[in-house]
Amino acid sequence: MKLDIQHIKRILGFAFLMGFQMGLANTWTVCSNCENSSIKETILRAAPHDTLLIEKGTYKEFEILVDKPLVIKGIGYPIVDGEKKGEIFRITSDDVTLDGLFVINVGVSYTKDNAAIRVVQSKNFLIQNMVLEQLFFGIYLEKSSHGKVYHNRIIGDAVDEYNSGNGIQLWYSSDIEVTKNHVQGTRDGIYLEFSDKITITDNVSRDNLRYGLHFMFSDNDIYTNNLFENNGAGVAVMFSKFITMKNNTFRKNWGTAAYGMLLKEINDAEIIGNTFEENTIGINIEGSNRIEYANNDFIGNGWAIRVIGACYTNSFKGNNFLYNSFDISYNSKLNDNVFEGNFWSSYTGYDLDKDGIGDVPYRPVKLFSYVVNRTPETIILLRSLFMDIIDFSERVSPVFTPDNLKDAQPLMKIRS
Amino acid sequence: MLKILKYSFYDLIRSRWSYVYFLFYLALGFVLLFLNNDVSKAVITLMNVIIILIPLIGTIFGVMYFYNSREFTELLLAQPIKRSSIFLGQYFGVAGSLTLSLVLGLGIPFLLYGLLRSNAIFNFSLLLVTGAFLTFIFVGLSFVIAISNENKIKGFGYAVLLWLFLAVVYDGLFLMSLIIFEEYPLDTFSLVATMLNPIDLSRILILLKLDISALLGYTGAIFRKFFGTDLGFLVSMAILLLWTLLPILSLGYKAKRKDF
Repeated sequence: MKLDIQHIKRILGFAFLMGFQMGLANTWTVCSNCENSSIKETILRAAPHDTLLIEKGTYKEFEILVDKPLVIKGIGYPIVDGEKKGEIFRITSDDVTLDGLFVINVGVSYTKDNAAIRVVQSKNFLIQNMVLEQLFFGIYLEKSSHGKVYHNRIIGDAVDEYNSGNGIQLWYSSDIEVTKNHVQGTRDGIYLEFSDKITITDNVSRDNLRYGLHFMFSDNDIYTNNLFENNGAGVAVMFSKFITMKNNTFRKNWGTAAYGMLLKEINDAEIIGNTFEENTIGINIEGSNRIEYANNDFIGNGWAIRVIGACYTNSFKGNNFLYNSFDISYNSKLNDNVFEGNFWSSYTGYDLDKDGIGDVPYRPVKLFSYVVNRTPETIILLRSLFMDIIDFSERVSPVFTPDNLKDAQPLMKIRS
Repeated sequence: MLKILKYSFYDLIRSRWSYVYFLFYLALGFVLLFLNNDVSKAVITLMNVIIILIPLIGTIFGVMYFYNSREFTELLLAQPIKRSSIFLGQYFGVAGSLTLSLVLGLGIPFLLYGLLRSNAIFNFSLLLVTGAFLTFIFVGLSFVIAISNENKIKGFGYAVLLWLFLAVVYDGLFLMSLIIFEEYPLDTFSLVATMLNPIDLSRILILLKLDISALLGYTGAIFRKFFGTDLGFLVSMAILLLWTLLPILSLGYKAKRKDF
């Protein structure tokens, strides 16, 4: 009984304290000719859980340290100008919200990866409606978790890979949502390293120097409904496990080493419902096992899928391969992958029993693709009558291409 | 010359060959569009047909016409007409009527299926232009073969062989040499080898517009630089023009010296 009373007392005390704190949660207004004209100093004065309203204007500040839980909100997109002197926001506390600021001129440093916004070892942060320009790194999340990066616009002007930074970088972070951001003109649009359980949704990443989205050693991540366009090399997924990739669009990644998606050492992933359009190579696969490719559309790529080696137990089902120069390219005679129920626009078989499935198997690998792998210059003979004749004879009796590499149940009609 | 051109032209129309050729392309165009229902995809399929069939038809037709109208040619030679205008007139009559059949035969179905509203119009006109070039080149080559060979069988044989060589065998040799010399830089070689064959050149010209993403995957710098620019396009067109002029000049030269 006695114990219970003490317990209740404690709860009451706690509630009282909470109320006290809530009551004291102040709102500070920052503007260029108010009492508080500097963001940095106002943060020093503010108590935890206060709100800072930044009015329209230009604030020439950098290395703004946010070390207590605050809501920092811009009204009419005030400009925070770092004057290329260094990092701009550095968040080291939990429960911080940044909202509606226009951050420009991050200082370039090759020893410190200066970012417009850096979050260090924090939880429950929210970064939203920010516009970042003239940046080195954009949003840099370091050993942080349970946060949200929502609806930001990051526009870089990167020219060379060696002296530019990434748009959104996650390093040793987990449980973070990256949603509805627009990243362009940086090195990697979104970069994940050692980051698990990240959800990346509805983002647009385009015109980046290297990859639109880049995974390194990051497991159990999901990315859906994103658009990756005209990047140096599309999306690279490397050395990661259990990645889910759904309903993304990969477009116009053109160039000598450009891919829609590059998979390297990826295991147990799902690639479902994506669209690969007009890339030099749709998916480049190397050393990746147990991946399910289903219901994807490959339209007008140079190579729809290029398998380089050591890829086992992958399954390709219900995909549309439309008007690619090469549907599948292999560089070995061995095949352990399953192709079933795909639609191939260059399929020429018939369907006598009218069950919607072609009666003759389709062999997606052309002999020509082997020749091109060996001597790239021979691409100049693409679509010539001689190559067509050779491909045809190889298709009739395969000698160089894997004998079991075929779609035994090709669809007659395009899967819609 | 114009009179003879006109005569050859009407002669072909009267002999119904132009109609057959025209109807063939008309049917081809309609069937392709009916099956694909998409102008830009039909253009791709059409490319293969054009690259192979136009040279073949041009060659056969040219040789046939030349041998068939031999008596008439001899009659004309008895008249006070310049030799070059007799032969060039016949040449332009044949090539012109074939080109007209091609352009109308393919143009009508594509226009009906809404080419003007599609963005494939540039690809399509490029297709027709290269088709016209190929017609002129191969009719010219076949005329040269026919004028140098009295023997019809021999002439026919050479003409078909020429087509076979340029359409198929050449690419085979090209491929072989690329693979044999794969250790050496092959950029310039492959560029030059393409230029030396009008069929290959037309194919690359059209491919540039259609399969650009695949060609950009190519690693050679020279190659990409050449085909990635307008300069490459202009040079290719100039070479095609050169290929057209070559048989015409040699036809004029041969006609002057031949003893009938």
